Amino acid sequence: MFKILEREEMAQGTVIKNVIEAPKVAARAKPGQFVIIKANETGERIPLTMADTDPKKGTITIIYQVVGKSTALFKSLQVGEGYQDLLGPLGQPTHIEKHDGLVICVGGGTGTAVVHPITKGFKEEGNEVVAIIGSRNKDLLILEDEMTAASTEIKVCTDDGSYGHHGFVTDVLKTYLEGDRKVSLVVAAGPVPMMKFVSKMTEEFGVKTLVSLNSIMIDGTGMCGGCRVSVGGKTRFTCVEGPEFDGHQVDFDELTQRLSAYQQMEKEAMEKFDHDCKIGLNK
Amino acid sequence: MAEKKEKTPRQAMPEQDPQVRRNNFDEVPLGYSPETAQLEASRCLQCKKPSCVSGCPVEIDIPGFIGLIKEGDYSGSIAKLKEMTALPAVCGRVCPQEVQCETLCVLGKKGEPVAIGRLERFAADMAREKGDQTLPAAAPKTGKKVAVVGSGPAGVTVAGDLILKGHDVTIFEAFHKAGGVLVYGIPEFRLPKAIVQDEMDGLAKLGVVFELNQVVGRTVSVDELLEEYDAVFISVGAGLPSFLGIPGENLIGIYSANEYLTRSNLMKAYLFPEYDTPIVRGKNVCVLGAGNVAMDSARTALRLGADRVRIVYRRSREEMPARAEEIHHGEEEGVEFYLLTNPVTFIGDENGRVKSMECLKMELGEPDDSGRRRPIPIEGSNFELETDLVVIAVGAGANPLITSTTPGLEVNKWGYILAEEETGKTRKPRVWAGGDIVTGQATVILAMGAGRIAANSMHQYLTWGW
Ligand SMILES: Cc1cc2nc3c(=O)[nH]c(=O)nc-3n(C[C@H](O)[C@H](O)[C@H](O)COP(=O)(O)OP(=O)(O)OC[C@H]3O[C@@H](n4cnc5c(N)ncnc54)[C@H](O)[C@@H]3O)c2cc1C
Ligand SMILES: Cc1cc2nc3c(=O)[nH]c(=O)nc-3n(C[C@H](O)[C@H](O)[C@H](O)COP(=O)(O)OP(=O)(O)OC[C@H]3O[C@@H](n4cnc5c(N)ncnc54)[C@H](O)[C@@H]3O)c2cc1C
Ligand code: SF4
Ligand code: SF4
Ligand code: FES
Repeated sequence: MFKILEREEMAQGTVIKNVIEAPKVAARAKPGQFVIIKANETGERIPLTMADTDPKKGTITIIYQVVGKSTALFKSLQVGEGYQDLLGPLGQPTHIEKHDGLVICVGGGTGTAVVHPITKGFKEEGNEVVAIIGSRNKDLLILEDEMTAASTEIKVCTDDGSYGHHGFVTDVLKTYLEGDRKVSLVVAAGPVPMMKFVSKMTEEFGVKTLVSLNSIMIDGTGMCGGCRVSVGGKTRFTCVEGPEFDGHQVDFDELTQRLSAYQQMEKEAMEKFDHDCKIGLNK
Repeated sequence: MAEKKEKTPRQAMPEQDPQVRRNNFDEVPLGYSPETAQLEASRCLQCKKPSCVSGCPVEIDIPGFIGLIKEGDYSGSIAKLKEMTALPAVCGRVCPQEVQCETLCVLGKKGEPVAIGRLERFAADMAREKGDQTLPAAAPKTGKKVAVVGSGPAGVTVAGDLILKGHDVTIFEAFHKAGGVLVYGIPEFRLPKAIVQDEMDGLAKLGVVFELNQVVGRTVSVDELLEEYDAVFISVGAGLPSFLGIPGENLIGIYSANEYLTRSNLMKAYLFPEYDTPIVRGKNVCVLGAGNVAMDSARTALRLGADRVRIVYRRSREEMPARAEEIHHGEEEGVEFYLLTNPVTFIGDENGRVKSMECLKMELGEPDDSGRRRPIPIEGSNFELETDLVVIAVGAGANPLITSTTPGLEVNKWGYILAEEETGKTRKPRVWAGGDIVTGQATVILAMGAGRIAANSMHQYLTWGW
C-alpha cells in the first residue's frame, strides 16, 4: 500500500492534495512526469501529475480535482490509509533549460498543480519565470503561495473578478506577448479549451508553446494506444511520448472528443458511488 | 485392415453450450472427470523413447506424468509436471498442442494422438482443487541474485528454474498483477485469472519475490538492476499495438486489441460498474485481423452484449492464422467471417464515434514472402460497412521503452532484442532475454522454452562465471 501521509482539502473540497509515501518514485521523478494510481482491487488506473516531490522524505504530492467516481473514491481516503497501486515516474520530463527571454507558465484550475513543478524547475535553472494562474472564482484558486515561490513574477486571474485580474489567463498572457520583454516559451496546463486558446494565441505571436495533455490512459507504458493523440497529423502516445507536446501541433478537438468516450458510463459509476455512500456500502 | 479391435478413442472434453457461453465469461471447456482422464491416460503407450517429448519446448516428461494419472497418483503427476514447468494449468489450456507435443505422439500416425494438453490441465486442476501444495525441492542457496523483468511465461519460467537451483529471484512487473499476456490478454473464458494467480502464488511460495508496479526503464533502469543483481533476464513481451494508419483511426469506439482486452481482462471492465474501468460495448462489432488475438476480441465482444460480431480479414479463410479450435469455438458462438475485405477509412458521427468503415474488396494474387497468397485490392469495389465498435488485431510490435533506455542492448530492425538462440544471451554483459521481445509475438510455450534455455545459461554463469 502507498500510504497517505498528509491530506488537505482545497478549493472548497473540490480539489484534494495528498502527500504519499513512495520513495522509489520520489527519488527519480522530474518536473512534467506523472504517476498512475489505483485505490483498491476494483479501482481504475488514474494518471495524475506529481505536483511536488521530496526525495529526502521519500514522498510525492498529488493534487486532483474531484470530477468522477475514481477521484471521489480517492477523496474518501484519509491519512494513514492509502492507494493499493502506484507506478511511476511516467512520461517524458519537461525539457528544462535556460532561455534568454521569459518563460511563462500558465495554469488553469487544477492545471496549476501540473505546472507547479515545471515552473519551479525553470526558475531553478535561472530563468525569469512568469506564472499566470486562474480559476473560476477566489474560493477555487489553488497553490497561490507555492506558485509565488516557484516563479519570479505571478499574475492571478478569476473569471468572475472576485480576486486578482478579472478575466481569463489568456487575457493576461496577451499583455506579456504584446509587451516589450521577449517571451521564449509558454507552458500551459489546464482544461482543454484553455490550452487550445493559449496555443492559438501564442501561435499568432510565434512563441513556442508546450501543453500538458490529459488523455485517458490504461497502462502508461505505450502498450495499449488508448492515450493516442494527433500531433502535427501524426498519432502519438501521450503516456510515453508526452504528456507535453507542441501546442501548435495538437488536435485539441479530437482530444476533447476522445475524453468524452465514457461520459455515459462515468455518470452511471458516479451515481452508483453516491448511492452506495448514502446507504453506507462505502465509507 | 485386419488390425486389432477398436481401441479406446481419444476422449472428448465437455464444453459449455455455445448459446449459453456466448453470454458469460465462464470457462468454455469444462475439463476431464477423473474417470475420463484415466481412460485417456490409458491410451498412452508409455513409449521408451517418447517422441512427444521432443515436441515440448520445456521437455515435460509426458509418459511420466500421464502414467501417474493412470495409476490415480494425481499428486505424483503434478509433482512430475512441476519439475519442468511453472505453468501446467496454463499450458494445458492454451498451448497449441496440435503443433507441439501432440503432433509427434506415435498414436497420431495411425489415429488420434493422446490428449496430452487435456491431461496436463487435469493434473493441475486436481492439485488445485485438492489444495495440494506439492512444491518441487529447491537446491541449497547459492547467494546469487537474479532480476527478471516482466512476469509473462518467459519470465516466470526463468524465475521458477533459477529459484529451484538455489538463486534468489526478484520479478519486476510493470502492471499491478503478475502473469503478462496470461492476465491482460487471454480472456477469462479461455484462461480463468484465478488459475494464473494460483500459479503465481506457487512461485511466491518457492520464494520468488514479485515487485509489481515497477516499470523498468522508468522506475528503475536495467543498469541499476545490474548493480544490485548478478544477472538480469528481460522478458517484456511484444507490447506495442499495431494500428492501420488510415484516416479516422482515433475515433471513439476504435480500440487496439491490447486496449480492448486489457480493459476487459486485467481491469475487469466486463464487471462494470462493480469494477470501475469502463469499456465501449458495441452492438455491431468489427474485429480486424484473423489471428488468435482477433478471435479472443471477437468472442469477448459477444460476451459484452454485441448482437453481431464480424471478423474482417483481407485474405481468405485458408490464410487465417488463428488456431482451428479457436475459429471453431468462435463460429459456434456466432462470430461471422467477412473475408477478402480491407478497411481504408473510418467514418465517425458528429460526436466523434465510429459509425462505419469504408472498405475495399480484395482478391488473392501470387504468394508473398510468408508463402500466403497476397491480397490485392479490387479497384472501384469500395463499400461502406456499418459498425459501432472496431477492434484492431493485426499484430503487435516491440515496445521501445526498455530497449531505448538500456545502453548496450542491441535490437534488430524491428526493435526486437538480439539474443543468442542457444543461450538467450544478449550483447550486453550479464543480461539475457527471451520470449516475445526476442521472437515477436509467438506462443506461451515457446516463450517458456526460451526461458528454460536462458535459465540454464544463467545458471552456468552464476555457478562458473561463464
Ligand atoms: C498525464 C496526466 C496527468 C494528469 N494530472 C492531473 C492532475 O494533476 N490533477 C487532476 O486533477 N487531474 C489530472 N489528470 C486528469 C485525471 O486523470 C482525470 O481527471 C481522472 O482520471 C478522472 O477520473 P474520475 O473517475 O474521477 O472521473 P471520470 O468520471 O472517469 O471522468 C470525469 C472526466 O475526466 C476525464 N477522464 C476520465 N478518465 C480519465 C483518465 N484516465 N485520464 C484523464 N482524464 C480522464 C473524462 O473525460 C471526464 O471528462 C491528468 C491526466 C493525465 C493523462
Ligand atoms: C490475446 C492473446 C491471446 C493469445 N493466445 C495464446 C494462446 O492461446 N496460446 C499461446 O500459446 N499463446 C497465445 N498468445 C501469445 C502468448 O501469450 C505470448 O506469446 C506469451 O505470453 C509471451 O510471453 P512473454 O513472457 O514473452 O511476454 P508477455 O506475456 O507479453 O509478458 C511480458 C510482461 O512484461 C511486462 N513488462 C513490459 N514492459 C515492462 C517494463 N518496462 N518493466 C517491467 N515489466 C514490463 C508486461 O506488463 C507483461 O506482464 C496470445 C497472445 C495474446 C495477446
Ligand atoms: S507444455 Fe504444451 S507442449 Fe509441453 S507437453 Fe504441455 S501441452 Fe504439450
Ligand atoms: S508419444 Fe504418445 S503414446 Fe508415446 S509416450 Fe508420448 S503421449 Fe504416450
Ligand atoms: S496509456 Fe496505454 S499506450 Fe498510453
